[in-house]
Amino acid sequence: MDTYREIILLLAATIRVATPLVLASLAGLFSERSGVIDLGLEGKMLAAAFASAAISAATGSAWLGLGAGIAAAVALALIIAFACVTHRGNQVVAAMAVNIMVAGLAPALALAWFNQGGQTPQLDGPGQRFLGFAWPLSQFARRHPVPGLAYAELLSGHNAIVYFAAALVPASAWVLHRTRFGLRLRAVGENPLAVDTAGISVGALRYRASIISGALCGVAGTYISTAASAGFVRDMTAGKGYLALAALIFGKWRPYPTLGACLLFAFADAGAARLQGVALPLVGVVPVQFIIALPYILTVLLLAGFVGAAVAPKAIGVPYSKDE
Amino acid sequence: MSAPNRLPRWADYGLLPILNLCAALLISGAVIRLIGESPWAALKLMVAGAFGAQDSMGYTLFYATDFVFTGLAVAVGVHAGLFNIGGEGQAYVGGLGVGLVCLAFGSLSPWIVVPLGIAAACVFGAAWAFVPAWLQARRGSHIVITTIMSNFIASALMTYLLVNVLIKPGQQSPESREFGPGAVMPSVHQAMGRIGISFAPSPFNLASVLALVACVLVWAFIWRTRWGYALRVFGQNPQAAVYAGISPERTILVAMLISGGLAGCLGVNELMGSEHRILLDFPGGAGFVGIAVALMGRNHPAGILAASLLFGALYQGGSQLAFDMPHVNRDMVVLIQGLVILFCGALENVFRAPLAAILGGAGGAPRR
Repeated sequence: MDTYREIILLLAATIRVATPLVLASLAGLFSERSGVIDLGLEGKMLAAAFASAAISAATGSAWLGLGAGIAAAVALALIIAFACVTHRGNQVVAAMAVNIMVAGLAPALALAWFNQGGQTPQLDGPGQRFLGFAWPLSQFARRHPVPGLAYAELLSGHNAIVYFAAALVPASAWVLHRTRFGLRLRAVGENPLAVDTAGISVGALRYRASIISGALCGVAGTYISTAASAGFVRDMTAGKGYLALAALIFGKWRPYPTLGACLLFAFADAGAARLQGVALPLVGVVPVQFIIALPYILTVLLLAGFVGAAVAPKAIGVPYSKDE
Repeated sequence: MSAPNRLPRWADYGLLPILNLCAALLISGAVIRLIGESPWAALKLMVAGAFGAQDSMGYTLFYATDFVFTGLAVAVGVHAGLFNIGGEGQAYVGGLGVGLVCLAFGSLSPWIVVPLGIAAACVFGAAWAFVPAWLQARRGSHIVITTIMSNFIASALMTYLLVNVLIKPGQQSPESREFGPGAVMPSVHQAMGRIGISFAPSPFNLASVLALVACVLVWAFIWRTRWGYALRVFGQNPQAAVYAGISPERTILVAMLISGGLAGCLGVNELMGSEHRILLDFPGGAGFVGIAVALMGRNHPAGILAASLLFGALYQGGSQLAFDMPHVNRDMVVLIQGLVILFCGALENVFRAPLAAILGGAGGAPRR
């Protein structure tokens, strides 16, 4: 019974950890499938985390915070697109620039506006955070743990962003594989010249993909500061943007496998906290740091072709210009 | 990459980086204004904080030494067409090499320990760069992604080692015991004291001499050796390089090993020169500053030296600024760093094209 309870709680934690990863890696999916490397996930999320927490603290509305988070992340996505699509700058450099800028700007503004050493105030007022809501009958279900606890912890009790992220996976798959926009998006990531020849603007497609990426990063960042925690602190994305990128690569740039990778990485993360000092059968005590590094090690192995092959969109990272 | 608009050398190496820096400083100034402080006063405070006294100048040069190493590391990669974002991790692991040597041989003479430590820094840093390099050379894995991942793996590895293995027994904070008396890179104020010049104490140490030597060696390697030539050809045009009989695999490996070794030397400055123990996250983002430094210094050792001094001054001046202006913290410097990367790197075409048009003559060079 205790094991069952542990497992359910571990899975519930997995869902909570996976949500920002799913949102960010789907964000990366859109922009990378259009041929723009999305190393800027980290910075866009961090900016959104700050903007949403700041606006929520100031106005008392988490939804206004969400709007601010999306606006901030989209603005950064537009800066990257302006540099990389319009001016054909180096995509990696542009994204690193944004990541570093935000790492400096967010705590600087937080200090100036809230005077709490680079944080936003605690979001503890009503409506300042995205809180979980219980589904009907979940209290009743808890009284019959099998299968009631699974219902109460896994299906019910999450906040709106978690359900949004869950719905986003099939929606992204549908957009990408079943709509004209999705077809064009994939085409522009593989062979922009062909798309251009067909009379469709390469730049416009890549801009749209960047905006989608920004918006989803905005939701992810908002989740991190106003749902998963109660306010913004310095560097609070803590590499989740890069982890999401790793999940995207691990999922071979496809929505469902990417979801799987996010869940796997989140499971490792949620498990690491619980496995501290616990001896496992066969392997003994696994260092927490190894579990933390595991997603990155797996991604490197995958990129090396040792665990299946990851084939990136062909035109990724290459600025498009008509006259070459 | 598109054919760049050609600029005269003085504009390319001098005017353009200065314009880019001005744009970055203007935006930072606007942010400071937004915060409600005076940008002009902030600038004066920073300059005074970086150069106003001997010890602050020492700190400026100490930070600059870090950035020379990481900047050169990025530049060597860029010349071979490889963007090594893993400087942070390579520096971290390079520091492990220095630290292990210093912990093991700290009781011996500095004449033995210091060279050993430098060698270990290079070897460990290069070894950490070897994995992404080999994967790029043999398996075609994207070096940007693998070097980023290797940063996180390095961080986890070092945390593990410091928490579980190297930690000084009976201590809470994850850092090693102090190095022995021999494992100390002499500081500049001590060295100058020997020859009778007094200089205020600061962590500025003789690793800076190593940084200068590294600049000269990198310059000689890139522009005066066959291997450096192969590197540049491969970086400009990999296909042509193959036709010229240059092995891509070997070029990638050579470039990345040198790059990793240079980044590893950061540990010499930070650990042997200043901290005298291994501690958590001692590179503190210097690996990423290297990107800004290399971009601004146009991947040339002389430019990197100048850009490192600038960033050293920014970091030292930024601390002073945070001290004197309660509403501004050191993160402002990180913003400036990001803006420099944006303007010098990603948006450089924005300034380059109009500049080429204004300067005329050489401008608007034929494409293709």
